[in-house]
Amino acid sequence: MNAIISNNELPQDDFAVEREDLLRVDNVSLSFGGVKAITNISFDIKKGEIRAIIGPNGAGKTSMLNVINGFYHPQEGTITWQGKVRRKMKPYEAASQGIARTFQNVALFKGMTTLDNIMSGRSLKMRKNFFLQMAWIGPARTEEIEHRKKVEEIIDFLEIEAIRKTPVGRLPYGLQKRVELGRALAMEPDLLLLDEPMAGMNLEEKEDMSRFILDVNQEFGTTIALIEHDMGVVMDLSDRVVVLDYGKKIADGAPGDVQASQAVIDAYLGVSH
Amino acid sequence: MFYREAGQFKTSYEADQSLFPIRQDRIGLAVILLVAFIVIPLTANDFFLTSIMIPFLVFSLAAIGLNVLTGFAGQLSLGSGAFMGVGAYAAYKLTSIFPDVNVIFLVLVSGVFSAGVGAIFGLPSLRIKGLYLAVTTLAAQFFLEWCFIRIPWLYNYNASGAIEIPKREMFGVTISGAEATPIARYFVVLVITVLIAGLIANVMRGRIGRSWMMIRDMDIAAELMGIRPLQTKLLAFAVSSYICGVAGAMMVFFWLNAAEPSSYSITLSFQILFMVILGGLGSIAGSFMGAAFIWILPVFLKFVPGAIGIEIGAETVEHLTFMIVGALIIFFLIVEPHGFARLWQIGKQKLRVWPFPY
Ligand SMILES: Nc1ncnc2c1ncn2[C@@H]1O[C@H](COP(=O)(O)OP(=O)(O)OP(=O)(O)O)[C@@H](O)[C@H]1O
Ligand SMILES: [Mg+2]
Repeated sequence: MNAIISNNELPQDDFAVEREDLLRVDNVSLSFGGVKAITNISFDIKKGEIRAIIGPNGAGKTSMLNVINGFYHPQEGTITWQGKVRRKMKPYEAASQGIARTFQNVALFKGMTTLDNIMSGRSLKMRKNFFLQMAWIGPARTEEIEHRKKVEEIIDFLEIEAIRKTPVGRLPYGLQKRVELGRALAMEPDLLLLDEPMAGMNLEEKEDMSRFILDVNQEFGTTIALIEHDMGVVMDLSDRVVVLDYGKKIADGAPGDVQASQAVIDAYLGVSH
Repeated sequence: MFYREAGQFKTSYEADQSLFPIRQDRIGLAVILLVAFIVIPLTANDFFLTSIMIPFLVFSLAAIGLNVLTGFAGQLSLGSGAFMGVGAYAAYKLTSIFPDVNVIFLVLVSGVFSAGVGAIFGLPSLRIKGLYLAVTTLAAQFFLEWCFIRIPWLYNYNASGAIEIPKREMFGVTISGAEATPIARYFVVLVITVLIAGLIANVMRGRIGRSWMMIRDMDIAAELMGIRPLQTKLLAFAVSSYICGVAGAMMVFFWLNAAEPSSYSITLSFQILFMVILGGLGSIAGSFMGAAFIWILPVFLKFVPGAIGIEIGAETVEHLTFMIVGALIIFFLIVEPHGFARLWQIGKQKLRVWPFPY
């Protein structure tokens, strides 16, 4: 995989200094009843980077994404989005601020086609009212066609032209993940949260997906937070890595440094605490 | 061989987004409309119009209404009968208060009242789903039925407790009341049903239709794409109830001439629900198919065996209908939730590759 993907145009050390924060979480804690999913975690995501979030199963990675896009409301801590401290918000508000995501377990709209799934990502950008849509005239039709063009670009980009009209429930898992990425891209987000986009894929599919993620980051300039278990992928793709274990942050930095860290090695090898 | 899309290339997204992208489907629709608007009026007798076509169209529209809510937006409702009743009573009151206003206009306005009522009873849908939501819509059904019985103002204090539709004319033609001819009623019902079906088909291929399906298929992901769950569900309730309300008003104005509270009972709700399930959840064409099946099957059972010399009692017909419909519903729920509409599609798919199955 190294042969195909290299992402070393940016010297890792200068990275943090050069760019401004897109999102910052400060001292965030989240618990469900007695279960502490996240304990006092702080980290930042810089504009334009690929930020990996890694850690063993149950470390709190998915919970962290859920906090970022407004599904979970942390008991403590603050979230700063583009320089402003964010109030408690609903997922659709986070979406309208420019946060999109994919899910660990594919969460596509099963009864809809690939095309409609990706079109659904445009919902927030479409405004025409019920009555115009009902008549399918003038502005409403123009709007649909306009957004259809954008969606076709995404379909071309992800190379899924052939399954455009297929209901997504019938697609193989790897393609479903790709459609889900397409749906998130259709939102043209500022921050894209990817929860294990390559889980359950074979090597070839992983290479494709890695290529798409890099292209999204470099061509569209989208900031990406990536949860991934495959260390090879993480090392290749990410600019910086934050490592969680049992809800706590145990390392944060350039991929190479993190991989060499003793705490990370212990966590992954299951050394007792 | 004959049902093929080969050679039909779409040169614009607009063409690809049209309601019937395949030419043969467009021809099929044109033929159906031709039959409905010209052949049937020219050839059908009064019995066929009054007992088959008019109720079929009324039920089709009601089924489209419920399909918006249950098939497209995924919110199960057992209150469609009552929402139809709201439309009927509203239209009746409106024409009593404004006797000079065109009755078709009033029927279309009456849907607004049921839309409002539907939206109110849709409020719990933000919190509860599935079976529990069905139970709250059941509560709506019983509450509204109670209103139809207990609020005499709704039926103008008639001693019978029923509403009787007065004579109303349009362009000098009587279209409602006992004197209205079947053909006049048929045209009114046909135009309204076709019009609303077309408008709803448009909604379904646009943003709002998609937002309903998003909520139905994966509400969490939908919210993440910026869909506001409450607004979206309430709109589905309102639109669905509007259509049901218009269907309910048409039912009494252009078909039955009179209605009592029991006309809009839970039985009607179930009848509409069965049409939607058999026809196909989430399909407008399926709504027509389901309505045709459920309405025409008993008529068929009643007359056809008699015509070929087998005598079946009215009760037996009823039981047979229950059995056949019940068995089919179980079959469809287990095997093919998209109902006749899906079978039709599979049939077309087969036709597309015919005569070579692979
Ligand atoms: N809704 C919830 N209710 C109760 N506990 C929860 C909930 N969501 C997460 N948890 C708990 O929080 C902890 C962290 O879970 P999370 O899903 O964030 O882990 P993860 O790092 O994504 O793991 P994985 O790699 O397996 O996906 C787990 O102990 C989990 O059981
Ligand atoms: Mg997870």
